[in-house]
Order: sequence, then C-alpha cells, then structure tokens
Amino acid sequence: MGALHLEYTVAPDDFSRAGEVSGIVKRTLKDLGFPPAVVRRTAIAMYEAEINMVIHANGGKITADITPEEIMIVFADQGPGIPDIDLAMQEGWSTASEDIRDMGFGAGMGLPNIQKSTDYMDVQTTVGVGTTITIKIFVTQ
Amino acid sequence: MKISEIARLVDANIYCKGNEDTDIRCAFACDMMSDVLAYVKNQAILVTGLVNPQVIRTAEMMDIPCVIIVRGKEPTPLMLEIAADRGITVMNTKLRMYSVCGILYNHGLPADEGE
Repeated sequence: MGALHLEYTVAPDDFSRAGEVSGIVKRTLKDLGFPPAVVRRTAIAMYEAEINMVIHANGGKITADITPEEIMIVFADQGPGIPDIDLAMQEGWSTASEDIRDMGFGAGMGLPNIQKSTDYMDVQTTVGVGTTITIKIFVTQ
Repeated sequence: MKISEIARLVDANIYCKGNEDTDIRCAFACDMMSDVLAYVKNQAILVTGLVNPQVIRTAEMMDIPCVIIVRGKEPTPLMLEIAADRGITVMNTKLRMYSVCGILYNHGLPADEGE
C-alpha cells in the first residue's frame, strides 16, 4: 500500500449526518487491513472531532493522509475558535448547549478523548478565525 | 451470551438484525454518547434511552454490535437505515434502563469496566 490522501467536507448544522466521514474513514482503514486497535483509536478521535465541528463550528474540512506507518488527519474549521484551550482540555468542561446535551453530547470529554486516543495532537485556534486540529496515530505502536 | 438470548430476556422487539451469532461478553448503559466514546473499551452492547442517528454512529465507531433502546422508545427510520447498512442489531423494550441492566447482569452479562 502506498500513500492515500482523502478529503471531505463536513456539512454545517446537520447533526444527523455528523459522523459520516468518520465512518467512511473507519471502513477504509478496516478494508486496508490496519490493526483493529489502530482502526478503533482513529475512529474514536475522528468522530469526536467531527461532532465538535458540527456542534461548535458550522462544519469544516477533514483531510486524511494514510500510509502503512502513520495515519494523519487534519480537521480545519472557520468556527468561533477556542478562547481557553487549557479549559477545553479539561475533562467535563463544555460550552455545548442544552440541546446538544439532549442529543447525547457535550459531556466535556471530546478533546481529552481525542488526546487519549491518538499518539499526537496539535490544536491551532484563533478566536473569530477558526480551529485546526491535527492528529496522528502511529501504526507501529 | 447470544443477541437472541438477550432479546428474549428483556422481552425486546428486534427492529434490525445484525450478526445474531456474535458472542456478547459485557454491556454498557448510558444516555450520553460522549461517555460511550470515552469509557467503552470492549465490544459491549449498549443499553440506552437516547434515540437519534448518533446512537448508531457511536455504536459503529465503538464496534458495538447491538443497541437496546429502553423505556419503550422507538428507533427512527434513519437509525434503522444506518444500522442495517452497518450490521448492527437494534431492539427496544418497554423495560426501564435499571431493569434491563439488572436482568442481564443476573443472567451473567457483566459491565464493561474498561481494561
């Protein structure tokens, strides 16, 4: 297998479709024969980030670069940005609305769970401009 | 424990059948999908009172083969469409969450306590 580059657009405000891209990438990784633990960690991190994009940022763009050694995924949105990243990384802290909680999300576990599920996570965010999250999962680990 | 046995124990209606021969080893009960994503470590079944497509998408991400909807709530058409495509069993029961957990636990299905 060589390198695989995938690009997707996440629709804004369409909660029922949130997670579609994560599902596609998960099935792609499974079909390519990646170890189940790698597939699962990637799926969890991606789904959390994709849900965040829909809840907080009016959608955005997801790009995945897949090689036999490493899976790198970039989530780029033009949402409101994260004013205090240290707070956002704390388990249980969330700015999600009551509506979002009624739908089963907004427990304040998203970013911490992305970090736990991946080998590398970088968050670049500017208030009023947007947020870009880059994650990597190393296949050899 | 087989999925068909679980359905019988909690008197459930099966709306969508996945692989019925899957051997279920543990269960997780929760209405917060955020917590399902953070805490489920094994291929548990999910007992939930939440009905929206994200329940099935969460199950897909976590390799959860079966979702039991409690309190008599009905799965939506989109939930069943996604579940059928992904091979996830969806059933509902009039029982409440605590009762479902108690019955399954008493019949030997333990909690997913992580690692």
